[in-house]
Amino acid sequence: MRDSRSPLQRLFELHLPLLLIVLFALGPYVWMMMTSIKTNADIGAWPVRYWPDVFTTEHYHALLERTSFGGNLLNSLIIATGACLLGLGVSLPAAYAFSRYRFRGRRLLMTQFLVINMFPIVLIIIPLFVLMRNIGLLDTFIGIILGHSTFAVPFSIWMLTSYINAIPKDLDEAARIDGATTLEVLRLIILPVVMPGLVTTGIYIFVTSWNEYLFAMMLSGQNVRTVTVALQLFIGEFSVQWGLLTAAGTLIALPVTLLFLLVQKRLVSGLTSGAVKS
Amino acid sequence: MTAASDTAPAPRLVLTPYLFLLPAMLVTLAVVLWPVAETVWMSLHNFILFKPRNVPFIGLGNFWRLLHDEVFWLSLGHSLVWISLVVGLQFLLGLVTALLLNQTFWWRSLARSLVIIPWALPSVIIGLTWTWMYDFNVGVLNDVLIRFGLIDKPVAWLAQPDSAFISIVVALIWQGFPFFAVTILAGLQTISAELYEAADMDGATRFQRLRFITLPAIADVIATALLLRTIWVANSLDVILVMTGGGPGYSTYTLPLYAFLKAYSGMEFGYGSALAIMLTLLLLLVVFIYVRRAARELDQ
Repeated sequence: MRDSRSPLQRLFELHLPLLLIVLFALGPYVWMMMTSIKTNADIGAWPVRYWPDVFTTEHYHALLERTSFGGNLLNSLIIATGACLLGLGVSLPAAYAFSRYRFRGRRLLMTQFLVINMFPIVLIIIPLFVLMRNIGLLDTFIGIILGHSTFAVPFSIWMLTSYINAIPKDLDEAARIDGATTLEVLRLIILPVVMPGLVTTGIYIFVTSWNEYLFAMMLSGQNVRTVTVALQLFIGEFSVQWGLLTAAGTLIALPVTLLFLLVQKRLVSGLTSGAVKS
Repeated sequence: MTAASDTAPAPRLVLTPYLFLLPAMLVTLAVVLWPVAETVWMSLHNFILFKPRNVPFIGLGNFWRLLHDEVFWLSLGHSLVWISLVVGLQFLLGLVTALLLNQTFWWRSLARSLVIIPWALPSVIIGLTWTWMYDFNVGVLNDVLIRFGLIDKPVAWLAQPDSAFISIVVALIWQGFPFFAVTILAGLQTISAELYEAADMDGATRFQRLRFITLPAIADVIATALLLRTIWVANSLDVILVMTGGGPGYSTYTLPLYAFLKAYSGMEFGYGSALAIMLTLLLLLVVFIYVRRAARELDQ
């Protein structure tokens, strides 16, 4: 697009406003990380000491050596990986069916998967807690993974269906003429082509599950506590130890930020394809 | 519904899609549909968790109680203000960001990546960082505002009813505007440059270009994003839960939070379920409009 504005105009109409927005977006995040490497004396200083003379890793040491946080990280990793595998595992065949077959009830079922993604969590979480308690799945990995599949499955089905829709049907048919069975088509033709979409969807589920708080809090106890639940408990427990709290926050936020940045371009195009297509 | 596979004669083939759907349906049935049915059942009973042997059927009693519950009406009012403020401001800031990012400049892709970061963060981190910045004693917000002379002495942002609500709204705007920014940006990039060139030849001002070309072209994207976000914000309670837990007093209660607290802290699962169902019913219209738009894709 042509731009007839002078450099000065561009500075005030483009660079400065956008810089402010970027600062707003990054500020709280950077501030959390900065706090986590300050000494307690600097954290408690008033007026605020923005750039201290010394930086320290003492809060990270304290966090990993004196609290259960290392174990919580592992729990979150297991749960997010499990939610990812379960979500993709059951959704890939479902998405293939929605994309390649026209059958009775298709519209209804697809709409159902869309609608349940919009259900308020409070509508599901209360009875899910009762259910998990009755069948003894409270405070187990599988219990929380199942809880997270409430959003992982519908989301994956919609994402993967649109990815598979983008694969030409000729590919399937050529393979069938060569004598491939349906499962072979899915495994040998669809799976390799849809892999980037599968990875994107998987990473999004991983991030969402890692970040999730309400299900993890309701369905976990001592054994499988996730990082988000642990952090919230720390806030109650170590109320003014901001160094420790922000160190935990940084360790939770860093991996998901990196993953998110990795897939953001493809993710956005996947998420918005429905909205943008005219 | 005229695809070739529909007319295939072999019955095995007709069964195949259902077999493929079976695992997903079983999981959904167990963790979504069954619980929702349970919620409906519980809402018709006086179900209190620690009295499992005494669950009397009370019909619409919980809903009747709800209509006379001041906290319900208060929470509903907060929810409406909450949704319009959060979604409205997220949208405005997102639109401005998208319009800026849609121009050509050297640090554009860097800016785009950085702006998206708040979206990736969990609600407990949002709660943590903002609670820390709002801190009364050594919070950075008070420090900055005092340095700029906007306030004389520190403000206890989260401890006063008026400022607590607004403080959480600001935190939520921070988290949600990147979604609008990238969605609208994706829409902007589909507008062909020829339209703008034609407008330039007709001597259109920049405001006219925005008003008559840009906005109409992305109206559809905006509508979808607004609907999706309204549903999401209306349902979300975790950031409020971790920042204030509804307080001080009832000043940051919203409808989903009230339903959750009734069940979680009050153990009144029956009444909490009725509140959750009320929230769902109120949202149904928005969900319906969204689903109808999204379902246009189904027949491709």
